[in-house]
Amino acid sequence: MNWGAWGVQTIQVLLALAIAPLFAAWLQMLRSLLQNRRPAGLGQAYRDLRRLFHKESLLPEGSSWLFRFSPYVLFGTKVMALTLVPLVAVNLPLARAADVIALVGLLAVARVFQVLAAMDTGTAFADLGAHREMLVSALAEPALLTAFFIASLLAGSTSLSTIALHAQQGMFSLHPSMVFAATAFFLVLLIENARIPVDNPATHLELTMIHEAMLLEYSGRHLALLEWGAQVKLLLYVAMGIALFFPWEIADQANPVALLLACLAFVGKLFLAAPILALVETLLAKKRLFRVPEFAASAFLFGVIGLLTHFMLGA
Amino acid sequence: MHPAMDWFSLPSLLKFLAAWMLLLSFALLAQRRLLSLIHLLAWQGVTLAVITSLVAQLTDDRLLWLSAALTFALKGLLVPTLLHRILRRLQVRGDVEMSLNVTSTQLIGIVLVIFAFALAAPLSGALPAVTHGMLGIALAAFLLAFLMMITRRKAISEVVGFLAMDNALFFAATSATLGMPLIVELGIALDALIAFVILGVFFFHIRESFESLDLHWLERLREDQ
Repeated sequence: MNWGAWGVQTIQVLLALAIAPLFAAWLQMLRSLLQNRRPAGLGQAYRDLRRLFHKESLLPEGSSWLFRFSPYVLFGTKVMALTLVPLVAVNLPLARAADVIALVGLLAVARVFQVLAAMDTGTAFADLGAHREMLVSALAEPALLTAFFIASLLAGSTSLSTIALHAQQGMFSLHPSMVFAATAFFLVLLIENARIPVDNPATHLELTMIHEAMLLEYSGRHLALLEWGAQVKLLLYVAMGIALFFPWEIADQANPVALLLACLAFVGKLFLAAPILALVETLLAKKRLFRVPEFAASAFLFGVIGLLTHFMLGA
Repeated sequence: MHPAMDWFSLPSLLKFLAAWMLLLSFALLAQRRLLSLIHLLAWQGVTLAVITSLVAQLTDDRLLWLSAALTFALKGLLVPTLLHRILRRLQVRGDVEMSLNVTSTQLIGIVLVIFAFALAAPLSGALPAVTHGMLGIALAAFLLAFLMMITRRKAISEVVGFLAMDNALFFAATSATLGMPLIVELGIALDALIAFVILGVFFFHIRESFESLDLHWLERLREDQ
């Protein structure tokens, strides 16, 4: 067994878990600056998490084991998903454990548990949120799959590691189908992470909220795990986007210099990804809830057009 | 070939623009606002001009350059400007009414694209190597513009659909035969322009007699006049 590779694997996951709140805080800071508000600083996300972890966790009356169990499942699936995505190095030991389709399945497991836990409390708001989540994700998930399929067809493999390696080798080639895949993926990223045109992550009191509505009954360490999980999920999606479309400088051998360079490149890419997200969120207005499936359908449409152009143009 | 060279190679850029054309067709299908429709039409015209000039560069055809310049001036600038002026003079505002919702229209659009690609696939062997596979996209863009004309109710958006159809035809001609003879092209462009002017006059007449640009009013018989 190659202990070095396992070490890199562990460091990669721990690094991602550690900087996920920082990335969320950086994004929030940029949003505040763009909207002429005073930002809370980069440490705020960590302070929030610490505060929540120190608080008592309350359980609503009549809730079952599902409610207590779900935060751990959600966080666990996201950590597991992180092991599958090449953040700083490809061909790590666990990358072979599952491909992109299993990755989408893993995210679906998290979603099912979140929805079930929201319904478990019997609160009207959480129930609404759960229904909305399913309404939107029913179209977002196939869109994510089509985006992955396009990349897989080009690379000839469904393993994210191989896809990243393939994209790295031909990094200057202009594939029309990949452009469609990138568009579809970006829309899915906005939908799945409750970003602005679909859901407002900054509010707890809005009738059209989706993600926050499902978390209303949680408190204390459960809420902390869920919030952290949401930050990890955002990082995971950005990392998947990087691995699919901008996999430059991801290390392909266990070389300390290359790994350090890859870490720096990864942090740098995150640093640059946040302004794009912040700009999109500032420029767009939140959509009406019944326009959201339309938005998700257009993500799916981009994916399908990408697949079709791949077959038609062969690129 | 060195991977870095691939980025600059004209055929790959041409493929990219063809895909972009298809994307614009879908955007036209999904767009609700009249003003954005006109902007999208202008983008389609500009894309078409760039595609034509790329084909001209690849085939070393002098006349195609002229045709590209004409396309840019006519479809990229003149027609959108005229449409813009009509829109301002008619003072039409708000969303376009559609007889079908956007999601189902787009799903039908996907089916149309698959149909067009299947239709064009047997032909692609006979096409020039440069524009290989582009005929299917042109056919798809044509059918999508047609679908747009069917699903819209307002006169202006139907005209936009008509002009998008004209664009798609032009694109098909460029990709199938590397450009028609210039005289044919000029004739078609002139036809489209004249049709456009006549329709522009019609807009005002329709609005005068019905006080709306909704073409549903044309479907009913009225006896009181």
